[in-house]
Amino acid sequence: MRFYEYESKALFAKHGLPLGKGQLAHSAEEAHAAFEAIDGPVVLKSQVLSGGRMKAGAVQFANTAQEAAAHFESIMPIRVSDQEARSILVEEKSPIEQEYFVAITWDGRAKQPVLIFSDMGGIDIEEVAETHPDHVSKTHFSSILPLSPRIAKEAIGATGVSGQALNRLTPIVFELMQIFLTYDLTLAEINPLARLEDGRFIVLDGHIDMEAEARGVHAALLEELGIGEDETRQARPPTDFEIAGARVNAVDHRGVAGNVVEFDGNLGLVIGAGGGSLTLFDAVRKHGGKPANYCEIGGNPSVAKAKELTKLILSKPGVEKIAVMMNVVSNTRVDIVARGVVKGCIEAGKDPAETIAIFRIPGAWEDEGFKILEKYGVEFCDRSVSMYEAAGRAVAKMS
Amino acid sequence: MSILISQDTRFIVQGITGREAVNLTRENLDYGAKIVGGVTPGRAGRDVYGVPVYDCVRDIVQAHGPVEGAIVSVPPRFTKDAVFEALENGVKLIVIVTENIPRREVAQMVELATLRGARIIGPNCLGIISPDEAKMGGVGGPAANTRQAYTKGHIGVMSRSGGMTTEIASTLTAAGLGQSTCVSIGGDAIIGTSYAELMPLFEADPETHAIAIYSEPGGRMEAELAEWIREHQSRLPVVAFMAGRFMDEMKGMRFGHAGTIVEGKEDTTAEKIKRMEAAGISVAERIEEIPGLLKKRLAEGQ
Repeated sequence: MRFYEYESKALFAKHGLPLGKGQLAHSAEEAHAAFEAIDGPVVLKSQVLSGGRMKAGAVQFANTAQEAAAHFESIMPIRVSDQEARSILVEEKSPIEQEYFVAITWDGRAKQPVLIFSDMGGIDIEEVAETHPDHVSKTHFSSILPLSPRIAKEAIGATGVSGQALNRLTPIVFELMQIFLTYDLTLAEINPLARLEDGRFIVLDGHIDMEAEARGVHAALLEELGIGEDETRQARPPTDFEIAGARVNAVDHRGVAGNVVEFDGNLGLVIGAGGGSLTLFDAVRKHGGKPANYCEIGGNPSVAKAKELTKLILSKPGVEKIAVMMNVVSNTRVDIVARGVVKGCIEAGKDPAETIAIFRIPGAWEDEGFKILEKYGVEFCDRSVSMYEAAGRAVAKMS
Repeated sequence: MSILISQDTRFIVQGITGREAVNLTRENLDYGAKIVGGVTPGRAGRDVYGVPVYDCVRDIVQAHGPVEGAIVSVPPRFTKDAVFEALENGVKLIVIVTENIPRREVAQMVELATLRGARIIGPNCLGIISPDEAKMGGVGGPAANTRQAYTKGHIGVMSRSGGMTTEIASTLTAAGLGQSTCVSIGGDAIIGTSYAELMPLFEADPETHAIAIYSEPGGRMEAELAEWIREHQSRLPVVAFMAGRFMDEMKGMRFGHAGTIVEGKEDTTAEKIKRMEAAGISVAERIEEIPGLLKKRLAEGQ
């Protein structure tokens, strides 16, 4: 879950990292006022959940309050990677001597956090790693042994940095390592971390990603930062349909029936589980089908959950039929899902036989499930029909 | 032969009185597992299908002697402590069923396991099965369903999806290909044991003649497997099925398991397929192609 720059900086400030003067502006008037409060040349930066702001023209410099207000008006409507700006951060423009890069993320292979440091900040780090490998260091560190500043010192020193810069950088990098572990982050990045002409260091830009699974543990921090519980912070904002899907899953704690993602096709999908859904979505597309949604059923959801998910998908404009498909199930009861989807069709005022293009869920309690489907005239198949083939049968029924 | 577990493996279930753990205990016992005890703090003295419940792992070890394995099925916020408890009481193989555990805690569990010379499978997995010998975890579901899908044989299976482990085994069984051991390795971004880390075990198992894997977008695990195969000149032909190809066009969106999010170019299915094929792995587009590809590769090797 990505933080806006101003949220990342609020977290940095809480931990005493050095920041320049800055104010958040929600209107041209506020941008004007921010300039006057800072009292000097400023930079205005669009607050979007995406990189590439500079290229998109969403970062501008201003030398007067009038200019700051005008830039607010021009930056605010700019979409960066299809993300809308939430506000504009107005910050003092600092005289920079040198820029550094520091980031901590997880290395899934080493199964440890990795600290990446470079004395060539401000530009694409991947590019620096290729062109100037001796200016980038990668240092893994333990997540159970006590953290110590010497790890930061070694990482910084490995790029050739010494003297006063080394001693001033070490506590900043060490603090970022602690922030990374304390808040279950998946990315803590400062780029650029700037050394000013007077030798001071300040954080110019930062990027924080928190693990979605850890939101509950860090609810107090999120509240403090003003991040709402329904903000998914994905590559695009959730649609109403997706928010309704999340509500279906929250009805009770039994199993999963949700993780809905909206697409614009005509074939509704009631599919599972995690890997099965990916496999089936591919299969539907391979057959030329147009999915109306992605979703997941898993664990052992209640009849009510399967029913509500079915109703939600059928309520989406343009959905003509649904395909109910899963891999061979281990702990999902076939009869419970069958009862849920049939009920969902009926409550939506539709004939299950007409509406359910195919039902392919083999596994535990399949005989009981197939009996229910037989009664309502729904086409079903067992494991002798592959997932791919079942998807093909569903697509063939679409007009 | 098999890897990781056999009919003689003695293990425990942590969180044994939970709803899912109760089912899993019965299913494992029905399939022939030797479960010596279970843990739920405060519930000592009870039993679950004849398995005695204790407050601590230490108490089981004191009463029944050392145990080799543990299934951990406790809520996410208690998982790390349960795993640490198993590790500090000498357990060497831990299957973590629980999902939604933050990466930091997974990394901590894995690091302590490494220090203790133990292995973690999962989290967010359905466990391990050596067909006709034993299973450890919910893989395959009730024993009768498990017997229908899994048969003893020579194919090793590794999968980032628990459900797809059974789908693949069932497809192999229908084609007359039995399995040596099938491992649901888990769907998270950091897991205890990756494909490449299981390869040496399969390589050393004379009963395993080939490998089938289920893979998906996200992470570097397929690249790591490809590297391992090249570096070790593996005797085992590998066939991989790649799901989630549609996700290549949807960078930054999350579908399926926590580990699937595409963050960089290397995470895409197209890139993974390229790397695997370059290492000699056959990549199937449909599950039903796996048996044919395995048979072809096995015939070529003779």
